Amino acid sequence: KLTNSHAHGGSHSSGSGSTLLGYIGIDTIIEQMRKKTMKTGFDFNIMVVGHSGLGKSTLVNTLFKSQVSRKSAGWARDDKIPKTVDIKAVSHVLEEGGVKMKLTVVDTPGFGDQINNDNCWEPISKYINEQYEKFLKEEVNITRKKRIPDTRVHCCLYFISPTGHSLRQLDVEFMKRLSHSVNIIPVIAKADTMTIEERQDFKQRVRKELEMGGIEFYPQKEFDEDMEDKSDNDKIREAMPFAVVGSDKEYQVNGKRVLGRKTAWGIVEVENPNHCEFAQLRDFLIRSHLQDLKEVTHNIHYETYRAKRLNENGAVLALLCPPSPTNEIYLMFPRPFYVSFCIYNIVCVHRPAY
Amino acid sequence: MVGRRCSSVRDKNPLLQQKNLEGYVGFASLPNQVYRKSVKRGFEFTLMVVGESGLGKSTLINSLFLTDLYSAEYPGPSHRIKKTVQVEQAKVLVKEGGVQLLLTIVDTPGFGDAVDNSNCWQPIIDHIDSKFEDYLNSESRVNRRQMPDSRIHCCLYFIAPSGHGLKPLDIEFMKRLHEKVNVIPLIAKADTLTPEECQQFKKQIMREIQEHKIKIYEFPETDDEEENKLVKKIKDKLPLAVVGSNTIIEVNSKRVRGRQYPWGVAEVENSDHCDFTILRDMLIRTHMQDLKDVTNNVHYENYRSRKLAAVTYNGVDNNRAKGQLSTKSPLAQMEEERREHVTKMKKMEMEMEQVFEMKVKEKVQKLKDSEAELQRRHEQMKKNLEAQHKELEEKRRVFEEERANWEAQQRLEQQKLEASRTLEKNKKKGKIF
Repeated sequence: KLTNSHAHGGSHSSGSGSTLLGYIGIDTIIEQMRKKTMKTGFDFNIMVVGHSGLGKSTLVNTLFKSQVSRKSAGWARDDKIPKTVDIKAVSHVLEEGGVKMKLTVVDTPGFGDQINNDNCWEPISKYINEQYEKFLKEEVNITRKKRIPDTRVHCCLYFISPTGHSLRQLDVEFMKRLSHSVNIIPVIAKADTMTIEERQDFKQRVRKELEMGGIEFYPQKEFDEDMEDKSDNDKIREAMPFAVVGSDKEYQVNGKRVLGRKTAWGIVEVENPNHCEFAQLRDFLIRSHLQDLKEVTHNIHYETYRAKRLNENGAVLALLCPPSPTNEIYLMFPRPFYVSFCIYNIVCVHRPAY
Repeated sequence: MVGRRCSSVRDKNPLLQQKNLEGYVGFASLPNQVYRKSVKRGFEFTLMVVGESGLGKSTLINSLFLTDLYSAEYPGPSHRIKKTVQVEQAKVLVKEGGVQLLLTIVDTPGFGDAVDNSNCWQPIIDHIDSKFEDYLNSESRVNRRQMPDSRIHCCLYFIAPSGHGLKPLDIEFMKRLHEKVNVIPLIAKADTLTPEECQQFKKQIMREIQEHKIKIYEFPETDDEEENKLVKKIKDKLPLAVVGSNTIIEVNSKRVRGRQYPWGVAEVENSDHCDFTILRDMLIRTHMQDLKDVTNNVHYENYRSRKLAAVTYNGVDNNRAKGQLSTKSPLAQMEEERREHVTKMKKMEMEMEQVFEMKVKEKVQKLKDSEAELQRRHEQMKKNLEAQHKELEEKRRVFEEERANWEAQQRLEQQKLEASRTLEKNKKKGKIF
C-alpha cells in the first residue's frame, strides 16, 4: 500500500511522463528546507508611514502581538513632532513554533505633520534606496558573506486618514512616487470612526482614486503568476484597503478575553470581522503573503534598482572588482533561478563591448 | 436681589442716593420693552467653521441648528477640489417662538488639504478684516439707519482627533486668529477616542494652548454663584469633544440622534458620550449674546483703532488719503471728503457742459454739410435741365429748318407743276392756233 501511494505521488511529480519505479524521496526536500529555515531564521522589515496620531505604532504592536514599535522602545507618547521626517528603525527577534524571525519596524515620525509638506517623501525614498544599495554592495563583493543581512524594506504600510471623503493630496503623491520601489499596502486607520456604510463608501472611493492615479499597490496585478494566484489576489484586491483598528489592551467580552477599545457605548473588538478588518489584514500580511512580499521585493524591486544602478555606472562597479575576466562577465550575465522579468532587465544591461 | 443691585450702583457713584418710591411708577417694565423691540428687530449671528476636510464640520452645523444647511446632495470635499482656500457664506433665517435669527455660516473648504499649507490662513484673515472694514465704513457713513452686522462673531476650529496634541498648522492658525475673532477649539469626531484618551488629549491641548499663549474665547465670570459653577464645569471640559449626526436611531425604545456602529450606538445628545450638548447650550442658549459683545467691544475695537491709527500716522498710510501730511481727526477727514465730493461734482458738471457744446457743434456742422450738399444737387439739376433745354432747342431748330426746306421744296414742286400745266395749256392753245 505504501509503495502504491508513493508510486502515485511519483507519477504526479514527473512532468515528462517517466513514471518512477519506486519511492525516491524527492518530496522530502520540503522538510529539509523547513529544517534549514528554522535553524537560520529569517528577516522581515516593515515600514509604517502616515501622519501622527493614526495609530501606526499601536497597529504594529497588535499585528505582532508584542511591543515592537518605537513607542514601546522608549519614546514617550507626547514627544515633540520633529521638524523633518525622521527614520527610526527598531529590531526585535520573535520566536514562534521553533521559527525565529528578526522583525524590524521602520517608523517615520514627522511625515505629513508640517504645515508645508512638500517633498516629505524624500527621506523615505532615500532610506529605501540606501538599503538596496547596501545589499547591492554586499552582493558584488568578491568575498561575500554566507548570508547577506537583508535590511531592505519588504513592505510599507501606508495609513490613510479616515476622513470619510477621499484620499488627501499628500497620500496620492506619496504612493505614486513609491509604489515602484517598494510594496505599498494602503490601510485605513482608526476605522472605528466610521459606520459600516460610511466605511464601504470610503473604500470604494479610495479604490477608484488609486486606480485613477495609476497606483499599483501590493499585490500588484502584473506580478500574478498563474490563474490561482490571480483569483486569490483579486479577492484581496477587492477588499483592500483594509479598515483596521489597533489595540493592545484586553477586555472581557462574553466570557472571552479579547483585544479591543472600550468606549462609553460598547467595546470595539479588534479581531472580530464584523467590527473591523484587522484579522483579514493580519492573515494576508503574515499568514499567507509574508514570503511573497519578500520575494517580490527581492526579485522585482531590488532588481529594478540594481539594473538602474548598473546602467548608470557599470564601469565604476567593474573597477571595484579586480580586472579578472570571470568577475566582469559574472556581473553582466543573467543570474539563474529568478523570474524571467528580471532576466529581461539584465539583458538590457549586457554590454557586448565589455 | 434688587437691593443688591441698587447698592452696587450706589457704591460706584457715592453721590447717588437711593430714593424710595411712594407708588408704582412702572419703569420695571423697561426690560419688557427692550425685549419686545429686540424680538421685532430680530437677531443676527455669524459663525465660521474652520478645519481640514473630513472632520465633520457640515454634519455638526446641521446637528447644532437642526436644519439641513448642508444637504446630502451638497458635494463633499472630494468634488470641491480647490487649489486655494475659499471662503463661502450660507445664510439661513430660523424662527423659534416668535424670535427671528438670521444665521450666517462661513465655511472654509480647502483649509489644510494641500501638500503645502503655508499661508492657508491668509484668505480667512482677509475675509474677517473685510467684514470689519464693511462695518467700520457703514458706521462712519452719514446715514446710519441700516447697519447690517456681518462681522464674524465666533470661529469654531476643528482639531483632528489624533490623540497626541496640536499640529503645527493648528498652532499657527490659532496664533494668528485669536486676536481677531473668538476662537473656540473643538475636538472633532470624538467617538474615535476612548474616555481616557480623550481626557489625556484635552489636557495635552490645553497645555499646548497655554504654552503658545493662545487666547481662546474665555467664558465670562458672573456674579451669580450658580452660573459660575456651570461656567467652571465647562472650563474643565475645554476643548469640547463633539460628535455630530442627524440620523435618528432607536435605542431602548427611545429615539435619539446618533451614529450606529456594530458595537453600539454613539449618542450625540448624551453627555457621557460627548460634549455636544454643552457646546450647543453654550453657543446658542447662554453665550450667544456674549460672543457678539466680545466681538463688538474687543476684536472690532482693536481693528478699528489699528485702522484709524494708520490714517493719522505720517509715514505709512494705506487708505485713500494718500500724501496727506496733516494730523486729522475723523471729522476733519469727513469734511475733506465732502469737499472732495463737491469738487468732483463740479468737475463732472464742467465736463458735461463741454460734452454738450461739442455735440451742438457737431450737429451744426452736420446741418451745414447737408445744406451744402442740397445746394450742390440743386445746381446740378439745374444744369441738367439747361442742357436738356438746349438740346430741345437744337432739335426744334433742325426741325424748323427741315420744315422750311420741305416747304420750299413743295413750292418748287408746285411751281413746276404750275409751269408744266401752263405749258400744256399753252401747247394746246398753240395747236389750235
